[in-house]
Amino acid sequence: MKHKVITANALVEGDVIYLSPEGAWVRDLVEAEIFTDEAVAEDMLLTAAARTGEAVGVYLAEVTPEGAPAHFREAFRASGPSNRFHGKQTQREA
Amino acid sequence: MYPYTDFDTAFLAERNAQFRAQVARRLLGELTEEEFKPLRLMNGLYLQLHAYMLRVAIPYGTLSSAQMRKLAELATRWDKGYGHFTTRQNIQYNWPRLADVPDMLDALGEVGLHAIQTSGNTIRNVTADHFAGAAADEVADPRPVAELIRQWSTDHPEFQFMPRKFKIAITGSETDRAVTRAHDIGLQIVREDGALGYRVIVGGGLGRTPMIGKVLTEFLPEEDLLPYLEAIVSVWNQIGRRDNKYKSRIKITVHELGIDHIREAVEERFAQLRPLFSGVDQELLESIRAHFAPPAFVQRSTAPFDAAYAADPAFRAWADTNLVQHRAEGYAIVTVSLKAHGATPGDATSEQITALADLAETFGHDELRISHEQNVILPHVHRADLPALHAALKEHGLATANIGLASDIIACPGMDYCALATARSIPVAQQIATRIEELRIEQDVGPLKIKISGCINACGHHHVGHIGILGLDRAGVENYQITLGGDHTGAGAIGQRMGPGFAYDEIVPAIERLLHAYLALREDRSETFLETVKRLGLAPFKSALYEEGKAHAAE
Repeated sequence: MKHKVITANALVEGDVIYLSPEGAWVRDLVEAEIFTDEAVAEDMLLTAAARTGEAVGVYLAEVTPEGAPAHFREAFRASGPSNRFHGKQTQREA
Repeated sequence: MYPYTDFDTAFLAERNAQFRAQVARRLLGELTEEEFKPLRLMNGLYLQLHAYMLRVAIPYGTLSSAQMRKLAELATRWDKGYGHFTTRQNIQYNWPRLADVPDMLDALGEVGLHAIQTSGNTIRNVTADHFAGAAADEVADPRPVAELIRQWSTDHPEFQFMPRKFKIAITGSETDRAVTRAHDIGLQIVREDGALGYRVIVGGGLGRTPMIGKVLTEFLPEEDLLPYLEAIVSVWNQIGRRDNKYKSRIKITVHELGIDHIREAVEERFAQLRPLFSGVDQELLESIRAHFAPPAFVQRSTAPFDAAYAADPAFRAWADTNLVQHRAEGYAIVTVSLKAHGATPGDATSEQITALADLAETFGHDELRISHEQNVILPHVHRADLPALHAALKEHGLATANIGLASDIIACPGMDYCALATARSIPVAQQIATRIEELRIEQDVGPLKIKISGCINACGHHHVGHIGILGLDRAGVENYQITLGGDHTGAGAIGQRMGPGFAYDEIVPAIERLLHAYLALREDRSETFLETVKRLGLAPFKSALYEEGKAHAAE
C-alpha cells in the first residue's frame, strides 16, 4: 500500500495533529508514524478515531516514502497558510 | 443604528450561556463531535484547516464605532491580531481556541453582535446594500426591514433544520450593490403609486450550479413581507430536496419545478399564514425605523476638499476612485480599500480596525459598513473633512486608491484556511494585484471586477466577476479556470468559461494577457472591460489566453 499517516485536528486548539509511533498526538508531521501495512493502518485509525475527547476528524493521509505530504492540501496542513507566517511554520522555526 | 432591547440582550445572554455549557460538555467528553458539530455551527464556529474559525455576523453590514472596536479587541485578545471580512458581510477569526469561544461571544454580546446562524442549515446573516441610507439613488433605506428580518429569522423554530442554508439580501436602490439576484431571496424596495413595497426575487445562487434569481412578484405590499417570506421558506422547507445536498438549495427547487409552480405554492401558503400576522411586525418595523433616522447633516464649506483636490495628486487619485455621491449636499460616501496591492483581500489588523472605528467617530457620524466586496465604508463624511481623513488613513496603510479597479479583487480564504477549498485563492489575488501595480496599468484599464473562489462553492463570487477565477484540484495540482463576462448588477449575468485551466504559476500571466488584450481591443478609454467583452464576445480573449500563451511558452 501507499505510505500513510494518521491525522486529525486537536479538539481544544483545533490545530493539525498526527499520531506518533508511541500513540501520542504530535504537532509535527516529521514525528508521525508512517504506516505501510493497510490492515494495521485501518486498525490504528479505528482506535485513534475513538479518542473523541482529543481529536476531531481523524483520517489517513498519504505521504511520500520519505514522509513528506503527498498532496498539496496536506502540505498546507503541515505548514500553515501561505499568505501569513502563522501556524505550524512558526512552531518549526522556534 | 438599532440598539438591542432588554429582550434582545436577555435572549443573546441566554443563548451564549447555552453554548458555553455545550462547549464545556464537549470538553468534558459528555458530547460527541457528532452531537456538538451542529450546535457549534449554529453559533458560527467552524473547524477549518489549521484551527477553529469563528464567523461573526455584521447584520446588513452596519457597525457602530463601539462595535468595530470590539471586533479589534477580539482579534487582539483571542486571535492573531487581525480579522478577515467576507463576501457575506461577516468577519472571520481564523485562530480561536475552542475553550475561548464562549468568552468571545460574550464580548460580542456587550455591543449587540453575535455569530448566530452564520452557519448551518438556517437563514443566514441578512445582507444589504453597503451604501444604504447614504446612496443618492435610494428609494428607501433597506436596513430597518433587514433588522426586522434578522429578528424574525433568528431562532425561528420552523427554520432551524432546513434542507440547506438560506440567504437573503436586500437593496433599496435600482442599482444593485447587494447581489440580490444571486441569493435564495433577493428583495428590492420599490415604490408603486406612492406606496412602498418589494420586488421579490427567488432562486438565485452561485456555487456548483449558478442561477440568476427569478422574479416571484413585482410588487409585494410592505405589510405582507414577513408572511410572504415565511411562505417561501416554508414551501421550500417542505419540498426542497434533502436527499442530495447538491440539489437542496431553493435555486434547484425553482429550476426543477418552475417559477409558476413555486409562485402557486407560495400564494397558497401565504393565504394560510397572512391572518396569523396581526400587524405587530409592522409596529415593530416602525419603531426600528426610528433608530435608522439619518444623522444630522450640516451645511459647511467644501473649500478644504477643493484645495486638497487641486494641490495633492495622491488625494485626487483617491478621491476619484474611492468616493461616491452622497444623498446629502456636501457629503461623500467613502470606501476604504482593504486591498492594498499585495495584501490579503478583506484582512484588517486590530490596529487598522481600531483606527477605522476612531475615524468613523471623528468624521463619519459613528457609522461604518462592511461591503460584500470586502472593503470598509464610512457612509457619511463631509467633503471638508476628507483631506484630514485621507491623511489619517494613509498613516494606517488604508489609503489605497483602487476601488472598482483591477486590484480591488474579491477572494475567498481558499486553501490557505478553508477546509472545503480545492486550491488557494489569496496568493493569486495578491500576485495579480502586485503585478498590476508593477505594470502601472490600473488607471488605464479602468473599472474591472476580478473575483476569485478557491472551490466550486463560489464564496468569491467568481461567476459574476467580469473576470472570474475558480481554483480546482486537477490530479493533485492546483488549476485555475477563467470565466469572462459575469456581472452582479442589473439583470445579472453568469460568466462564460474560457477553456482549459491554468496552473498556479500560469494564472497571473494569463490574467495579464487578458488585460493587455482588452487595452488593444477596446474602441477607446470610455469602453470598459465588460463592454468590450460584450461587444466582441469571447473569441479574441480566448486567442489572447491560449494562442499568445502558446507563443510565450515556445519562446
